[in-house]
Amino acid sequence: MTEIEETSQKEETKEKAKHKSRSFRNLSDIEIKRLYKPQDISEFKYEQALGEPGKYPYTRGPYNNMYRGRLWTMRQFAGFGTAAQTNERFKFLIEHGQTGLSVAFHLPTIYGYESCDERSLGEVGKEGVAIDTLADMETLFDGIDLSKISTSMTINAPATILLAMYIVVAEKQGVSPEKLRGTIQNDILKEYIAQKSWIFPPEPSMRLIVDTIEYCTHHVPQWYTISISGYHIREAGSTAVQELAFTLADGFAYVEAAMERGLHVDEFAHRLSFFFNAHNNFFEEIAKYRAARRIWAKRMKNKYGAKKPESMRLRFHTQTAGVSLTAQEPENNIVRVAYQGLAAVLGGTQSLHTNSYDEALCLPTEKAVRIALRTQQIMAHETGVADTVDPLAGSYYVEWLTDKMEEEANNYFDQIEELGGVIPAIKKNFFQKEIANASYKYQREVERKERIIVGVNKYKSKEDSTPDILKIEDEVALKQLQLLSGVKKKRDNAAVKDTLGELKEAAQGTENLMPYIINAVRDYASIGEIIGTLKEVFGIYREDSIF
Amino acid sequence: MMSTQYDDLMQRLLQGETRAAARLITLTENDINAAETIIHSVYKHTGNAYILGITGAPGSGKSTFISTLIQKLLKEDRKIGVICVDPSSPLTGGALLGDRIRMKDMFSSDNVFIRSMANRGQLGGLSRATEDVIKILDAYGCDIIIVETVGVGQSEVDIFRSAHTVLVLLVPGLGDDIQTIKAGIMEITDIFVVNKMDLPGADRKVAELIQMLELNMNYKYKSHEINKNVLTTEEWTPEIIQTNSITGQNFEELIEKIEKHHRFIQNQGIVSNYLRNRIKQETLQILKYKLIKKTENMFEDNSLIEKLIAQVIEKTMDPYEMANSIIRLLKFPVKDRDF
Amino acid sequence: METNRKIKVLVTKPGLDGHDRGAKVVARGLRDAGFEVIYTGLHQTPKDIVNTIVQEDPDAVLLSILSGAHNALCPKIMELLKEHNIDDVLVAVGGIIPEEDKEYLKSFGLSGFYGPGTEIKTIVDFVKNNLKR
Repeated sequence: MTEIEETSQKEETKEKAKHKSRSFRNLSDIEIKRLYKPQDISEFKYEQALGEPGKYPYTRGPYNNMYRGRLWTMRQFAGFGTAAQTNERFKFLIEHGQTGLSVAFHLPTIYGYESCDERSLGEVGKEGVAIDTLADMETLFDGIDLSKISTSMTINAPATILLAMYIVVAEKQGVSPEKLRGTIQNDILKEYIAQKSWIFPPEPSMRLIVDTIEYCTHHVPQWYTISISGYHIREAGSTAVQELAFTLADGFAYVEAAMERGLHVDEFAHRLSFFFNAHNNFFEEIAKYRAARRIWAKRMKNKYGAKKPESMRLRFHTQTAGVSLTAQEPENNIVRVAYQGLAAVLGGTQSLHTNSYDEALCLPTEKAVRIALRTQQIMAHETGVADTVDPLAGSYYVEWLTDKMEEEANNYFDQIEELGGVIPAIKKNFFQKEIANASYKYQREVERKERIIVGVNKYKSKEDSTPDILKIEDEVALKQLQLLSGVKKKRDNAAVKDTLGELKEAAQGTENLMPYIINAVRDYASIGEIIGTLKEVFGIYREDSIF
Repeated sequence: MMSTQYDDLMQRLLQGETRAAARLITLTENDINAAETIIHSVYKHTGNAYILGITGAPGSGKSTFISTLIQKLLKEDRKIGVICVDPSSPLTGGALLGDRIRMKDMFSSDNVFIRSMANRGQLGGLSRATEDVIKILDAYGCDIIIVETVGVGQSEVDIFRSAHTVLVLLVPGLGDDIQTIKAGIMEITDIFVVNKMDLPGADRKVAELIQMLELNMNYKYKSHEINKNVLTTEEWTPEIIQTNSITGQNFEELIEKIEKHHRFIQNQGIVSNYLRNRIKQETLQILKYKLIKKTENMFEDNSLIEKLIAQVIEKTMDPYEMANSIIRLLKFPVKDRDF
Repeated sequence: METNRKIKVLVTKPGLDGHDRGAKVVARGLRDAGFEVIYTGLHQTPKDIVNTIVQEDPDAVLLSILSGAHNALCPKIMELLKEHNIDDVLVAVGGIIPEEDKEYLKSFGLSGFYGPGTEIKTIVDFVKNNLKR
């Protein structure tokens, strides 16, 4: 008998003695019955509850043909070091047939600090590419025709600035804004709720988001203006129901804010997309995606008066749950990611990022990234799951659970409304408390072994495997600092001062700030300088301590 | 009989060394004997700081409020001390002290000393420990000391007896917070702050406060503090102000109100009265603490107690008589460091 | 002697990553184990952290870093502590720290490295058994 088998057998006997009966509650703490029968969905009516794929309420999927027409997009996130290094990786990916780029920025860019700021110590080029000024963005897309690719940028608080840079880079390539395709995440509400990369207080942040919606509606019509994200809410420790409810509530808040600016829902709603997590509980995740589509469609039609189908159909990107990856026996993560990815595909995702198995240890190595991509390819081409649309529809369990998720989400919508809406609820720490409690509860359940995590609290092997790991060299920081000071010497500093002054003045009023930001970017003002200027007017956000 | 083990720290404290202040605070928190020795040396260097007490229900935005207030007060080039008191868990004795979270990158830390304290669930002990920390920060050179507590229990009322000016924070919409205040805090409040004035319902909250104040006319100085012998021509009606801690709106006005209250207690002879009262309260707290400890120790290790218990069991004595006997037992002369 | 000593722990997040789920769960778990826990919140610079240590005088400090910036931030913090003559505070790190980096960080006086999935009890025991005062 091997050591592993021996330990697991012993543990099993111990466990059996301790728990006579296992608990059958999913990650949202919903009790799961032994068996589901027709009476569990006695109210079920096909047309109202599901409808055909590509038809209201879109429960079965946003498109008629789904993966038979086109497979989901396998979009893996990339960005590291300097812009030049990432540019090389992008060109490599494009040569190998990739048509969409996905940019990860380093943390100083995400928080609007220059690479030379005290707070950027140790972070430059670490978790993404370092972008300080337009010069870095020019390098990032050097030799890449922006009229031919779509670019997804994971950026929130400074999203206006990165979008402005992208527009100016295109302009210099001779590509007009109408031709640009891509996405900015631009979802600030989930930052206050979960991910914490905020800069300004909620109200001016919402203004900047509506500025991008309004600007893009008129000038960059093919751009996806917000990727409304539950991913980070889940990563912060929420349940599936909370992820579903809080994300959609954020979505409603953006729709309402844009409508308040005077836009009609059908002018902009089709440029909103979603981004969900794929976690461990298989059917719960599938039900979550199906419920999300149905809730969104109903609300867009009934409450906001959407007429166009595109405004009602929810489309989403999925990433497997980073938080579910374990540092112990990291190879097991390959299996977790495969199941999570499968849930996303059975739930009808439009694009998928599968995590690399070594992410609990380091930035993914090339080998780990390849296995992650292969996992998707095997799913797409070997398993047959993409052959028919929404194959789980009609399952008593899945339909019951989809209804249940919708019902629980509706409860949350009521609570949020009682608190006065999403922003007041953020200020009252409603979401933060809900998530902190769920997260602590989960941790306690794992520690009491009420939830099993293989290789962590059960079936542990004695030997520790340490996979190869990728490290970013510290020269990157030095290089980036040189680039930044070079730009600051070369640019017309008087012009920078002027455009920043104009931006400040505009920020004090109510105008759309996009044109001012574009001007500042064009003069090579740094992200740190632009954000700094806006901070003078908007102030900064500070959070309460919620455990 | 002074120990010299703290002399070095004391000297560094009086020179304004932050680490010495921090270490002395730890020592007084952990050990009442150390506290006694330390306060003995510190006491004559105290009396310069203005003490502000701030409380409010969870969610009223105290930490942001305090950071903004500090920012405004620091402009006048002062040294400010902040003591944040959080409750200890009655079950485990542990505590989460999270208030530092928002009090950062707002000011140069050389002029601001922030210290978190857990109340350690002790009977009357919290106000004793807080008093000690206030004294150490006073000797360290703080011009203003802000004492911040969560919630509105009896221990807050005790703590705030040492404060010159007491601010209570409320927020629009938190329905029941006024109800909570009525239980004891109201009488010691000098300024009510309706924070987060940008939220809907701020004006209504002010109206509710005014109504409440009109119904309860027994304000602090009228009913409690003003000695019958001191002549007063006016009384302090609690002020009400709305603030927005994020934008800093109305903080200048708030500081004016605090200063107005400061002048009031000076002019009305309340300061000296206040000091006498404070000494009385503090000594009472120390006595309570010491006597209870002394009694508890006696219970733990005294064959005499066992004899008394036996008599109570035999019904030759009742519990009141037993207590009286113990009080008689406590009446021997106090030896040095006996407690 | 009348002592009322509690173990005081500072839980803090240096660097810019916003992943505070782990730090908060640990803070709450330590509280439940009877510790007094100070949580500083996100985005603390080494200078912020050391200032907090000076003022709060904790027995132990847990640094939570998930951004990969540990090799720059941790030595800086230890250096500043040394400048303040603080050598009796236990400093441990939570987060994703590769094996070879652990050796490097140990040379600066850090001890105790806890990755994702660590049970809180392990951290509690570590702190209890390794206090420097």
